[in-house]
Amino acid sequence: MPIFRERDYLRVDLEREPDESLWMKCKACGELVFKRRVRENNNVCPSCGEYFFLTAVERVGLLVDAGSFQDVTRAIVADDPLGFSDRKAYPERVADAQANTGLRDAILVGRAAISGLPVVIGVMDFRFIGGSMGSVVGEQICHGIETAIEDRCPFVLVSSSGGARLQEGLFSLLQMAKTVSVRARLAEAALPFVSVMTYPTSGGVQASIASLGDVIIAERGALIGFAGRRVIQSAMAQELPDDFQSDAFAFEHGAIDRVVGRDGMRDELASLLSFFVEAR
Amino acid sequence: MSDEQTLDLLEAKIEELRHLDATDGIDLSKEIEKLETKLEELRHELYANLGDWERVRLARHPKRPYALDYIDAVFTDFYELHGDRIGGDDRALVAGLARLDGRPVAIVGQQKGRSTAENKERFFGMPRPQGYRKGQRAMRLAERFGFPVITLIDTPGAYPGLESEESNIGGAIAESLATMVGLRVPIVAVVIGEGGSGGALAIGLADRVLMLENAIYTVISPESAAVILWKEKERMKDAAEALNLTADHLLELGLIDGVIPEPLGGAHKDFDRTAAALKEELAARLDELAAIEPDTLLDVRYRRYREVGRYRDASPESE
Repeated sequence: MPIFRERDYLRVDLEREPDESLWMKCKACGELVFKRRVRENNNVCPSCGEYFFLTAVERVGLLVDAGSFQDVTRAIVADDPLGFSDRKAYPERVADAQANTGLRDAILVGRAAISGLPVVIGVMDFRFIGGSMGSVVGEQICHGIETAIEDRCPFVLVSSSGGARLQEGLFSLLQMAKTVSVRARLAEAALPFVSVMTYPTSGGVQASIASLGDVIIAERGALIGFAGRRVIQSAMAQELPDDFQSDAFAFEHGAIDRVVGRDGMRDELASLLSFFVEAR
Repeated sequence: MSDEQTLDLLEAKIEELRHLDATDGIDLSKEIEKLETKLEELRHELYANLGDWERVRLARHPKRPYALDYIDAVFTDFYELHGDRIGGDDRALVAGLARLDGRPVAIVGQQKGRSTAENKERFFGMPRPQGYRKGQRAMRLAERFGFPVITLIDTPGAYPGLESEESNIGGAIAESLATMVGLRVPIVAVVIGEGGSGGALAIGLADRVLMLENAIYTVISPESAAVILWKEKERMKDAAEALNLTADHLLELGLIDGVIPEPLGGAHKDFDRTAAALKEELAARLDELAAIEPDTLLDVRYRRYREVGRYRDASPESE
């Protein structure tokens, strides 16, 4: 049940009608495709199979049982502890992102069921300042984990993040330590944490909470890594393989357990989570 | 000529006069005194009100003391440990046992190189996964035998390269943090130079976090922030200011516990004094922490990190 029913823009409306402004061009194959068709296809290009971003709300709709999602995202919004301003003042950047996404910040947290199994799920939204983790995202992840401990159920985090929220400086960096601290409590409570990495899971998110899943599953097409390709190329003048930081790269080098297509993710989570239900 | 070079030149001149004074029996004490006053004034002018960007420069100063310099000066009997027991030994991160006033401790620190050859070996103080894994070995060892852990942070960041990503640098940083969350002995972290992003924080989760006066600690380098946020690489001074990356700013923001003073002009200007100040501070902090039961220590550490962050209430009642 949404706690903030007065504030429409803060609510998660899974039934929201998509923008049906007709056609879009696939960034991968260049084909003009009907937007509605793309959406019905879980934001996968019907022509070539390229994965487009899912918003947090779309992702929730894709992963959890219909009608089971209960938004427990805390009623908090970004502060501006440094009075940060680059080409735009940080509060303005946040306000714009809120207006564009209908979200408070770059993550939604809720109680839900996956094939009938209760979970707490956190889902990040890349559209909100690159899914970056500042104080709010850090706090929401911790809140999600604590809710899972309260409910004695698994925690699932679907990451889509470029890393730390630069505009909050060291406060953002320390969210890595914060989320890792709370994650340890989930382990002490013997509750599973499934980390789902999507395009992209990088920087401070990949170097903290997302890499500490009991099981780590990548969505096909995910980008997984710490330092960005351009950073590495400029700092090290190093040739990088084409598949650098791809799902296959992460898999081949042992950073993740499995790679799963978007369509199969719900069943994947259900099969995995069922082990832990039986164990208890 | 840079301001620092002017100061160095003036210093050399005074030395020269002192030498003349001593050897030739000419009384130059008045002149020397005058020059010394001038030198002090200049130094004060230059360093007393350093801008944030100037501090970034000082934190990266080629003469700045590095981890092993402090390890030699502050501790005794350093016994270095090597290897991650998986794939190698990363020389960008040093780890080992030592004594502080006779008390055994474990030390983990990033080590920059001073020459090109050294930097080839030390990767400019940028650890790869095996470095962080070696660091965790030292921490676990300390935990087993009840030694406190001291970390010395000085890195531009974790090593950004292909091999680093191949052996999951992000995962290694996360694991290092997870180890520190649950470590049942006191941890004191000191940023001695550059505290660069996740690569620095990876050994920075601690019960006390201290910074040398001219050290910096930041989520991103000012140069990268300028490119990413301002889209102009020349804006690094603005970025340095906006990021609040200096010790005094971070103390004010409540993100660190203390600032260790440096001599005017930086730690390298009087290394012995800096090392003595670091030693005094470390001893005091370790005394403080030694009195705390491990369970309480972990609880307090947990709360410190659980609560870090600033956000605003947005519930309808509060509006």
